[in-house]
Amino acid sequence: MSDITSSAYVRRDLLTERPAPVKTTGFIGLVRTRLFNSPTNILLTIVGALLLWFTIVPSVRFLMVDAVWTGKDRTACLTENAGFTVGACWPYIQAKLPQLIYGFYPEAERWRVNLSLILAAALLLPLLIPRLPAKGLNASLFFFAFPVVAFFLLHGGGITGFGLSWTAGLLQLFDDSIIGAGQALLSLGKTSAIAPLFWVAGNLIVLVGSAIYWLIFPLTWLRDQFQGTGQSVWADFAITAAIVSLIAFVLGGGVRTGGRALTSSIATFMAIAVVIKLMGLDHGGLPVVTTNLWGGLLVTLVVSVTGIVTSLPIGIALALGRRSTIPLIRIFSIAFIEFWRGVPLITVLFFATYMLPLFLPGNFTVDGLVRALIGISLFTGAYQAENVRGGLAAIPRGQGEAAAALGLSWWKTTSLIVLPQALRHVIPNLVNSFISLFKDTSLVSIVALFDLLGSLRASFSDPKWSTPSTAFTGFAFAGIIYFIFCFGMSRYSLFVEHRLNAHRRN
Amino acid sequence: MSTEARKPPAQIALKIRRVLGGKAGWNGVAVQFAFAAILGWIGYEIVSNARANLENQHIAAGFGFLRNNAGFDVNQTLISYTGSDTFLRVFVVGLLNTLVVSVVGIFFATVIGFIVALCRLSPNWLLSRVGEIYVEIIRNLPLLFQILFWYLAVLAALPNPRQSISLLGLAFISNRGLVIPRPIGESGFEAFLAVLAFGIVASLALRIYARRALFQRGQMIRIWPYVLGLLFGLPLATMLVSGVPFTFEVPQLKGFNFAGGSRIIPEFVALTLALSTYTAAFIAEIVRAGILSVHRGQMEAGSSLGLSRGTTLRLIVVPQAMRVIVPPLTNQYLNLTKNSSLAVAIGYPDLVSVFAGTSLSQTGQAIEIIAMTMGVYLLISLLTSAIMSVYGWRVSRSLGA
Repeated sequence: MSDITSSAYVRRDLLTERPAPVKTTGFIGLVRTRLFNSPTNILLTIVGALLLWFTIVPSVRFLMVDAVWTGKDRTACLTENAGFTVGACWPYIQAKLPQLIYGFYPEAERWRVNLSLILAAALLLPLLIPRLPAKGLNASLFFFAFPVVAFFLLHGGGITGFGLSWTAGLLQLFDDSIIGAGQALLSLGKTSAIAPLFWVAGNLIVLVGSAIYWLIFPLTWLRDQFQGTGQSVWADFAITAAIVSLIAFVLGGGVRTGGRALTSSIATFMAIAVVIKLMGLDHGGLPVVTTNLWGGLLVTLVVSVTGIVTSLPIGIALALGRRSTIPLIRIFSIAFIEFWRGVPLITVLFFATYMLPLFLPGNFTVDGLVRALIGISLFTGAYQAENVRGGLAAIPRGQGEAAAALGLSWWKTTSLIVLPQALRHVIPNLVNSFISLFKDTSLVSIVALFDLLGSLRASFSDPKWSTPSTAFTGFAFAGIIYFIFCFGMSRYSLFVEHRLNAHRRN
Repeated sequence: MSTEARKPPAQIALKIRRVLGGKAGWNGVAVQFAFAAILGWIGYEIVSNARANLENQHIAAGFGFLRNNAGFDVNQTLISYTGSDTFLRVFVVGLLNTLVVSVVGIFFATVIGFIVALCRLSPNWLLSRVGEIYVEIIRNLPLLFQILFWYLAVLAALPNPRQSISLLGLAFISNRGLVIPRPIGESGFEAFLAVLAFGIVASLALRIYARRALFQRGQMIRIWPYVLGLLFGLPLATMLVSGVPFTFEVPQLKGFNFAGGSRIIPEFVALTLALSTYTAAFIAEIVRAGILSVHRGQMEAGSSLGLSRGTTLRLIVVPQAMRVIVPPLTNQYLNLTKNSSLAVAIGYPDLVSVFAGTSLSQTGQAIEIIAMTMGVYLLISLLTSAIMSVYGWRVSRSLGA
């Protein structure tokens, strides 16, 4: 104590308080540092405020303040009746809502659409939340089971056979075509200069065709046996289940390890049987609603979900093909990808609508919606291929080499080691492609399908609701729907990107 | 006793195997044969079905229809066209319309995109939020939605020509489109053009000379006064000598419509508006990412060398940012060109609309017409990607990588 008092200098009085530093955080700080810190910035702030003032205020006025909320027809939304400058005409949306969501889907059957949407949401949401378990089962349900169930729910109709009959029918069609090609070559051989060559090739192809015919004969014979009995679906189902389960058992490793494959195969077939029984597919199923009655948001969602489900396998196959070392497959994949990426989607839709029917056998008509779906799948598949290729390129070579050193085959290396990692890498890019796919579904309205935008445009021409603000109201409504879907997806992709890059953050 | 170095075993068989079958060897060759057989079978099916279907519909395959008379009118043509012209001319008219809307759209998209990018990069909080809102709204709405919005809602809500909105009394906007003054060439027009062309060429030559002087001899030459004189002074002087090169014919309201001036159809206005604002949102993000990709240290290094802020930006930051910006920017230009095919939804006479739309429904030659239309777009995008790979090669060479 005495040491301190005797030292040279000790301050005895308190210093006066310094003023608090200028606040740089919080709202005041933000205003001070980012809005009004210099003359130019003040000017820019005023410009920004003016821009917002002249866009947000009129929008809010139009959507809420000046809007008409109730009414029976267009007279409610006219300025002279309402007594003020009318903004949005919401009764018009109320009147047109069923058309904008279901199109001309029969009113009594709309529960089927709702049920499909609920099913889709129930399967999709757990898939999107990373914390939830059983991603494999969930994904296979969404990508394989759901499309089939949704088809029978939305379109209706039943089945007359099962796996066996379908396989037999398909193989027979293929075989007929091969034999037809061989015979065409033979007949060409009579007039051409290199006749013997054609003759040999033609005979060879016909020979292959008849070999296939005898090879598939047991299948077709079995199918013909079923056709007579009343229980063809269930008999076919039982035989298909038995054959597939047996194959799964044998491939799974026989008595030693095949039990697991056998149980999962049997469980799958039991589930399929339950679905068939529940929906009554064996005796006609639900009443058929043809796709020309579909419309509105339903078509938008059907097209985008189908596009998402089908484009991913196409994209993976093309990406693997492009990286293959086998020349023909690589060249084909590159040409295919570059072709579809080089043309606008609308020409693809024209191609699918006008050109595709010419390429199919004359007795074979394809539904308009299905044609558009084929076009969109091929188009999106090419874009997804480039995304997946980016992911494949990001996987270090060592991964594949390590798998090869362990003795895994190419298929196992790809499906167990490379693809899972590659796909995880590119989830954000895939979701971004899905966003553009969702936006691009609006193009189907050009080829006479009534999606959300097409139904909206059709509803403008209703004289019962033609007012000056009808078009703006309709666009506001559709715009909000599109925005919610696209913005939601883009936020989700950001979230996944953030999660994937968690190890890189500091 | 010395042993000769053993010769390596002949690799010819191995090399052939590698070329023919890739890493998979002879298995790969077998896979290729199977794949080729499948492709051949699909091709055969397509050709035979198409032939049978065309025969049933009594359509003659081939491009002979291009010489037939089209017999319909097109409401915007850059080259002279009447209903009695051939389908080939329809094709050219549509192609030119596609190109003109793409070029105009690209110009405005670039301008708007750079402005929005600057807004988003601005230190001003409010302005960067405004830029962000613009980008988010525009990018999350379908392009077709926006085209239809401009065409069916905004342009349709404009007054008729009698009450049209006047811009400085020179241009008029109404629901019939945009009417602008039309330049009319006068006597001094050729001389003016020639002098202007000379000015541009001379300025470019001057610039090359100045750069060479700078890089080879380290000599700075100030060229901007000469360039200014060449580009503006010389043409002005010519104007004084040989008279005004052109005058503008200002549109006048006569009766229910405008006389004089040139009319731009509302479809063109709506399409250009939608395409340029939509693509601008994407360009803004590209430009922002490009500028942010240049490390801060570059700017600081520039100023520590004694360069001014403007010079640092011009010589150090922008060239590096451009390297990141140009490839995706070109991609956006390509997208805009492809997206201009959405014109068919509002009836702007572009290639898809008049050729794949009207001509297809008149002739039924689906295969030829759609192949030609797809071919045009494919050619454009392949050319662009070829140019871009040359650019990428030059950039990587200049980096010494």
